[in-house]
Amino acid sequence: MDNLRTTDGAAEEQTALTEEAAVESLIEEVSIDGMCGVY
Amino acid sequence: MPAIDLDRAWDLHPQVSVRPEPFGALLYHFGTRKLSFLKDRRLLAVLQALAQAPTARAACTAAGVDAGDLPAYRAALGALADSSMLVERTP
Amino acid sequence: MTITPPQQRAAPATATRLVDLFQYGLDAPICLTWELTYACNLACAHCLSSSGRRDPRELSTAECKAVIDELEALQVFYVNIGGGEPTVRSDFWELVDYATAHHVGVKFSTNGVRITPQVARRLAANDYVDVQISLDGATAEVNDALRGPGSYEMAMRAMRNLADAGMRNFKLSVVCTRHNIPQIDAFKQIADTYGAQLRLTRLRPSGRGADVWDELHPTPDQQRQLYEWLLAHGEEVLTGDSFFHLSAYGQALPGLNLCGAGRVVCLIDPVGDVYACPFAIHEEFLAGNVRQPGGFAKVWRESPLFARLRKPQHGGACASCSCYDACKGGCMAAKFFTGLPLDGPDPECVHGHGEKLLARRPGDRSGIPRPSVDHSRRGPVPVKLTRRRPDRPPVSACDENPLAGLRLP
Repeated sequence: MDNLRTTDGAAEEQTALTEEAAVESLIEEVSIDGMCGVY
Repeated sequence: MPAIDLDRAWDLHPQVSVRPEPFGALLYHFGTRKLSFLKDRRLLAVLQALAQAPTARAACTAAGVDAGDLPAYRAALGALADSSMLVERTP
Repeated sequence: MTITPPQQRAAPATATRLVDLFQYGLDAPICLTWELTYACNLACAHCLSSSGRRDPRELSTAECKAVIDELEALQVFYVNIGGGEPTVRSDFWELVDYATAHHVGVKFSTNGVRITPQVARRLAANDYVDVQISLDGATAEVNDALRGPGSYEMAMRAMRNLADAGMRNFKLSVVCTRHNIPQIDAFKQIADTYGAQLRLTRLRPSGRGADVWDELHPTPDQQRQLYEWLLAHGEEVLTGDSFFHLSAYGQALPGLNLCGAGRVVCLIDPVGDVYACPFAIHEEFLAGNVRQPGGFAKVWRESPLFARLRKPQHGGACASCSCYDACKGGCMAAKFFTGLPLDGPDPECVHGHGEKLLARRPGDRSGIPRPSVDHSRRGPVPVKLTRRRPDRPPVSACDENPLAGLRLP
């Protein structure tokens, strides 16, 4: 993989990262068994 | 990135229980036993609007999601669809 | 073609951590443990609820249904029904069916005593009931030393019956001890053999566990070994988030990674007492009773104890530790029942801070809290599973004999 990226490539990756973080700020899945205090 | 087709009609799976919370909501699927935390009240509003809306896009608009945020909401809805929390409405 | 300089890229939005959401409190638990009875056919050395003898003040069938009605109204998603051995209650199935008919999912914890082929078939047919079989040794030798003669065979028979009935993904739940951590791979094999999901949980110094904790809790090396094994197995193996104190090693294990007591979970005990968590059965963590006006909902929402637990925690003695944000000071119950201060390190703190404090405790165990609630059986326990009990006439709910009315197949 090139060390240099085009503006478009960098922008695409950045959009994906921002979107992922944005989704994480909206929703998170946790196992129903993921809560401490249930044996 | 999971994503749904915003121009189709979607519904909450009948086995999903939605519990509003101050921070957003909890979603639990009794079939898959998956639990999701909605950390955003507007996303809850989108889910609540889905049943009456002809498309997911219309539900987002009804809930006040602006165009700039739409990709993130589309991806969040996609995550819910991937977990079977959302299903496409059958005509 | 230009290269975007780093400082012009937008910073990603900071996601709110789940742990931060709970400072607002929840209107209802997400799930909770409900011990239906203190009666038990076994007498495990480490029993967190000091079970054995039925308490004559047990909630009646009607009172239990009223609790279920409340849980439905609160939208509690599921209850872990335990005990004692919950299946020894004669109304056990009635209550399980009532719960699932009222939108409350059920997982029940059992030593397997009543999981006959017929019961297994019934369970396999109900999507809303999950079963958890308790086993603390991959061999009878290790298991029965803790749980009593014949208990290994009883659990294996139950799992065989469940597997034969087509029940998939029931839980095989293990309390990790010094003696069974070397058997982790064998536990996984047992679970795989029966189509079950393995669940590894933490030994707490709660109930009778206080008496055996010193000699049974994992060594520091074993704790590390267990952590690495759990990381390697990811979401395949459940933990009930009971090892969140190990996130101080580095990468967090799956789960909320926080103490849920009084915040997302709690315990309802057989007499209706509401405790912050099943590992904290002690007056100090008693929030109220479901028989009081306002029932369970009022206790959950208005108990001063729970209000205190829902306040943001500050590190106390752990505040300056770089790992505090990950481990949050560990398990409240583990600290309490080893006589350690709640605003200090967990007794099994991965950096050894807890061990230092433990060494400074007085040798006579003075000052170490003991609950006033103890339903342990007095005298030796004759666990002979092949013995047929003579027929008995109907007994009252006040019969302290935990096997009252029980017929073994």
